[in-house]
Amino acid sequence: MRTIARSQRRAAVALGGSSALVYAFFYLPVIVLIVFSFNKARTGGAWTGFTTNWYSLLAQNDQIKTATVNSVVVAIIATSVATVLGTMISLALDRHTFRGRKAAQQVVYLPVIAPEIVTGVSLLAFFSLALGRLNDILGRGAEDAIRLGRPTVILTHIAFCTAFVALVVRASLRTLDPAIEEAAADLGAGAWTTFRRVTLPSIMPGVLGGALLSFTLSLDNFVITFYVAGPGATTLPIEVYGQLRRAISPEVNAVSTLIFAASSLLLLSALGVQAGVARRRLQQVRPAKQGPEPNQPITDPNPTPIPQRRGQ
Amino acid sequence: MSSPTAGGGPVRDPAQRGAVSLRGVTKRFGDTTAVDQVDLDVRPREFISLLGPSGCGKTTTLRMVSGFERPDEGRVIISGADTTDVPPHRRRVNTVFQSYALFEHMRVAENVAFGLKVKRQDRETISTKVAQALDLVRLGELAERYPAQLSGGQRQRVALARAVVNQPEVLLLDEPLSALDLKLRQAMRHELGRLHTELGMTFIFVTHDQQEAITMSDRIAVMDQGRIHQLGTPTEIYERPASRFVADFIGETNLLDVTLVGTEEGAATVRTPSGEVIGRVQVEGARTGGECVLAVRPQRVVVVAEVAPEPQDCTLFGGVLVDLLFLGDATRATVRLPDGSELVAVRHNEAGTHPFGMLRPGDRVKVGWLHEAACLLDR
Repeated sequence: MRTIARSQRRAAVALGGSSALVYAFFYLPVIVLIVFSFNKARTGGAWTGFTTNWYSLLAQNDQIKTATVNSVVVAIIATSVATVLGTMISLALDRHTFRGRKAAQQVVYLPVIAPEIVTGVSLLAFFSLALGRLNDILGRGAEDAIRLGRPTVILTHIAFCTAFVALVVRASLRTLDPAIEEAAADLGAGAWTTFRRVTLPSIMPGVLGGALLSFTLSLDNFVITFYVAGPGATTLPIEVYGQLRRAISPEVNAVSTLIFAASSLLLLSALGVQAGVARRRLQQVRPAKQGPEPNQPITDPNPTPIPQRRGQ
Repeated sequence: MSSPTAGGGPVRDPAQRGAVSLRGVTKRFGDTTAVDQVDLDVRPREFISLLGPSGCGKTTTLRMVSGFERPDEGRVIISGADTTDVPPHRRRVNTVFQSYALFEHMRVAENVAFGLKVKRQDRETISTKVAQALDLVRLGELAERYPAQLSGGQRQRVALARAVVNQPEVLLLDEPLSALDLKLRQAMRHELGRLHTELGMTFIFVTHDQQEAITMSDRIAVMDQGRIHQLGTPTEIYERPASRFVADFIGETNLLDVTLVGTEEGAATVRTPSGEVIGRVQVEGARTGGECVLAVRPQRVVVVAEVAPEPQDCTLFGGVLVDLLFLGDATRATVRLPDGSELVAVRHNEAGTHPFGMLRPGDRVKVGWLHEAACLLDR
């Protein structure tokens, strides 16, 4: 017994230690970055005093401000479109049988798996070709040609965000009893009412989670955006990269800290939304169970799991 | 073709309200025929069960009444109107699903109110009807809970309330008790019976549990391989099975392969493989002569010692008692006949006496049954 206990304790220590190292490796650089965004010294690794000066300077930096606005606009549009598209795609893939459905299911997730650089290069090639043809058709010359810019960035972000939304929504569709849609129809609801009142509310946590995820991804994306942005549509990550090439300035530290804070907040709320709904529906049962149970003629102490069986 | 309002519009003949007729209904899924030329007439306000093993087509039949499956052939007539082409949401039928299919994002009261809200009834009517329906299933106190906070039995009753609040002409129940444990299932049987009496609507109940079907139904349709083998009252189904399948599926039955020797005034004489000739057998499902099967319930089988005097109205022949099994409320005896086939007899245990006297396994016995207790079926 003692040896088992000792080996278990040893395993726990080893596991805890290695986890701590992994987390340190992940987050120490971020913590250093955050700390140094409040450092008085402009250069060097020495702490010379606390200041919020770099954040004030940031607020006056027009390039950063323009890039931030650009990023937010792109993220909002891309997320809105991707959420609708992604939800529709996952509904179609889950609820309808059609020729090539298996293939379609795999292809939708390709943007999630494909290396970003591949997506970026291929989209650049696609847009050059497409815009070239478009300019030919419209008869535009070199000076008034349609070029890469915010629209191409938005289209690109819609493309990969849609894949992520579809992925998240599909996961919540899978856990949904298909009979609830039949139940709605059985109770007199047409297709639209069924979707609006039953299907959509049931998968809402997934839809919101997918939307928040795609907002974060859009805000953060560098590699793909770098290829399709063009000169006029610099997003925040690209602007930060551009400034870094000149010098590692405390301003860059400050803006990175803000981006990190925003992304973390969004990701945490995405997780929170998904967990919260389930918790909200269950939490009231706890005080009720401790107090006197409402008067029930037939009591079933053990909630029975619901079978998910379709009829024969 | 029916008009779009056929299922939901005014009923043409009030006497037909709640009647369901299936006329030559067939449903195929790919190569398999789930339902094969089924004809069924359900009377208004009747409690009818579709009983059969899984895969027999009972759920598919129900889904053609609810409208979730469209028959490949045949017509579905509800309350006197051809409803075959009416979509589910326009039919005046409601379903209690096997998985209950409650809306998890709505409270109990909202679940029950759903059908009424969709039909745009006014707020006051809705709240009155919802309260009535919840009282009917004795769930009034739990109106504000979410389904996730309920037990299996409570969820089941929410599903019932959600269906009956719409006052459907026909209530369809798809194995609603199969997810409950034994005690609760028995309680819900009584509950369903009470609801059927109080509501006065047609119940079509799908189950694979013969006990459920026998205790609750006015009539039972026994199904297998997409066909209805027999339609009748529980007594008829139990006492006079029309086919070997029905005899075997409902309760326990002894089935003996026999040869038909002759028929006289509705009673047959048969010969067992060991050469015994038995007379006065009811001819039930057997239409052809020659090779038949004889069915007799274990409760009707008589086992006596070889030397005992022969009881009246009984045909007895020789065998060996091979097994005696104490079941608690009854005792079960197995007798082997000379040709190797076995007959099972079951007797209730009375206080202080042994149901099979002093018989012990290995004893030579006489076995048989009261005249008219056996019936002859096609093999």
